[in-house]
Amino acid sequence: VLVSVISSPQNYPLYIRSVPTENELKFHYTVHTSLDVVDEKISAMGKALVDQRELYLGLLYPTEDYKVYGYVTNSKVKFVMVVDSSNTALRDNEIRSMFRKLHNSYTDIMCNPFYNPGDRIHSRAFDNMVNSMMMQVC
Amino acid sequence: MEQGAAGGSSAAAAASAAAAGTGGLLLPLSETEQQRYSELFSRCCPPPEAAAGGSSVGELFRASQLPPDTLHQITEVCGAKRVGYFGPAQFYIALKLIAAAQSGFPVRIESIKNELPLPRFMALKNDTEVRFGTPADLHGVKFQVPHATLEKNSYKRTDEGDKQEPKSPPMSPICSPPASPSTYQRIPLSYGYGKARSGLEQQHGAPYEVRHSTHQQDGPSSGNYGAKSSLTCSTPKRSLSVEREQQDSSTHYSDDPWRITEEQRDYYINQFRSLQPDLNAFISGSVAKNFFTKSKLPIPELSHIWELSDVDCDGALTLPEFCAAFHLVVARKNGYQLPETLPETLLPEYLQAASLKPMRDCALLDSYSEPLPGSQQTRDFSRTEKSSAEEIPDNSALLQDGKKDDKQGAKISTTLKTIPKEFQHLTVKTAAQESNALKARPRSRSYSSTSIEDAMKKGEEPPTPPPRPQKSHSRASSLDLNKIFQQNTQAVRSGWLPPPPPALPPRPSVSQTEQPSEVDLHPQMNRPPSQTEENSSAKKEVVLAQPPSKPARRKLRTEAQGLETPELSPTINVTSSQPAAKAHLPVQKQSSRQKRAIQTAIRKNKEANAVLTRLNSELQQQLKEVHKERIALETQLEQLRPVTVL
Repeated sequence: VLVSVISSPQNYPLYIRSVPTENELKFHYTVHTSLDVVDEKISAMGKALVDQRELYLGLLYPTEDYKVYGYVTNSKVKFVMVVDSSNTALRDNEIRSMFRKLHNSYTDIMCNPFYNPGDRIHSRAFDNMVNSMMMQVC
Repeated sequence: MEQGAAGGSSAAAAASAAAAGTGGLLLPLSETEQQRYSELFSRCCPPPEAAAGGSSVGELFRASQLPPDTLHQITEVCGAKRVGYFGPAQFYIALKLIAAAQSGFPVRIESIKNELPLPRFMALKNDTEVRFGTPADLHGVKFQVPHATLEKNSYKRTDEGDKQEPKSPPMSPICSPPASPSTYQRIPLSYGYGKARSGLEQQHGAPYEVRHSTHQQDGPSSGNYGAKSSLTCSTPKRSLSVEREQQDSSTHYSDDPWRITEEQRDYYINQFRSLQPDLNAFISGSVAKNFFTKSKLPIPELSHIWELSDVDCDGALTLPEFCAAFHLVVARKNGYQLPETLPETLLPEYLQAASLKPMRDCALLDSYSEPLPGSQQTRDFSRTEKSSAEEIPDNSALLQDGKKDDKQGAKISTTLKTIPKEFQHLTVKTAAQESNALKARPRSRSYSSTSIEDAMKKGEEPPTPPPRPQKSHSRASSLDLNKIFQQNTQAVRSGWLPPPPPALPPRPSVSQTEQPSEVDLHPQMNRPPSQTEENSSAKKEVVLAQPPSKPARRKLRTEAQGLETPELSPTINVTSSQPAAKAHLPVQKQSSRQKRAIQTAIRKNKEANAVLTRLNSELQQQLKEVHKERIALETQLEQLRPVTVL
């Protein structure tokens, strides 16, 4: 399982964390390639009205090993989550709630005046939240 | 200094004894540590005895303010229990262990192999002359580390409310910088007076200076190194005022380093006041950032401190939050590791209950309505786009309070004022006036100058973009609501989490209901406070705000803004007309409240309807597609069937 937060204009990662620490490079690569899919979905949503539901992009694409889920915020910050396909217990709702928690924690970080957007995220609270979430999954 | 000399001579012997006594463990003691330890040892056990008396040692250990079980552990580890007395070896090991424990390391032999800061003992009666040095020292060493330490010492002394000078340990490392460990906590930094840093800091240091010492004439010019004289003046001034403060108090640091003493609290409150004259208001994020950046802690640490102390995550600090943050900064600078979670004694409710009880009634309205401008401003200054949206919902609540009107009006009006002039103006005003109206105006202008400055810096404008339901805003406002009514931010945070998962649709409507409910609550809370002029103006705003309802939310705000600017001047005139106005206002308020409640309910239902219809349509779409697929599959099946059934 891997979670990553990617900032919008330059598409570089603000935060990447994966639980099984082997194969990390493969995860990174997956996230990077999935950005294309995310961008495609964003451009497809041409509607002017953006509501909460559309922030969740759903299953971006499944491969043989794992599934990739995407979520984009109103400020075009993308959250990408990669989970093992063997985790059949993970339902869509759970993924949604995980993204929601991520989004909440991200806004908490934004509240911190010492945080400059575009910096890597070092917040301990965010780390704890992500860790607990990933522990839940695995 | 014969003590020092004797200490020096016995130090060498003691060090070797320590080396021998630990059974082969060579404890590297730096020169300063040796000096210090030998002084302590000689105090605890007057020579020529070889062993320290148990009682004096116990006293010393208790003065280190570690919990008793840690002290037990230390005595065990250092071997005193084994040998039955505190010989020099045991004593030194024990001191090192105390230092380790105070730095947050576990009590083990391994942890003292590293270099550590000297252990800190409160209520020690030694080293008086070392304490601050002389005023000459203060003047002489300005931008250097020693000066900074003196600064920190005076500061910390206040914090502990201790008449003695327990801070000689931090002092001595300064005298021998090479010997001292290079860990971060060893590099004490001047708080707020180190202008040797970036220009940005000095720019903000200037207002800080000015605010802090009203008799400073060269406040605005105190940028850069030209402000040496002002700095030195302010430093002794601060230390003197600090001394005065500490002489008043008699309470010691309790055993818990995270507990704020009365004296510390007073000091924090004064600092808060220097940033924000109204004690019940918020300090916005950027102001707080500048202030805490002056403490020269690294940004990640400050970021962590902010995370810990800003409990409601609204980007602004209330007085208890500010006290907690300040306390954490102080603790960090004195070498305490930052905790992972906020200690219980630093929780805002705890602090608020402890200190702000008398102010609470008056605080209810202000602190409640303040979060909105506070959060509003921080959101403007923080780089989220949500910031601008917040302003819109905030504006309606702002209507309630004349003070807020001032602030708002000044904010909207983009009058540019230079920062130093503004803060000078602010200090003059705060020094001179009593009434709230007067107080409000300089504060509003200070806000406007901050906002303009920040807006210019970030290239944002204080705008009124289309209203958007923002969950962060609604969370902040709902938290503030609960904070006021339940004084239970913990419950609020947990209470907020359940609503989001079940239903996305309610959230936008919740934010909307919250705004009108805020509006509702304002009139209620306007009653108790003594600021009657705001009441009347608020009531007027409420009544005026009633007719333009939901679709005209934007119009409402622009109207309100238009109202605010004329409100700026007549705030005082309002007081005269207030008695007459107040009489018929309650009646109007009742009906308006009911109307508003109904309108919010209607709005909420409409929103829910809209979302549900959308959901419905999408599900219908999906259903159609699935139907199509099914039909396609069935036709395929039919095509195949004649083949099989022959």
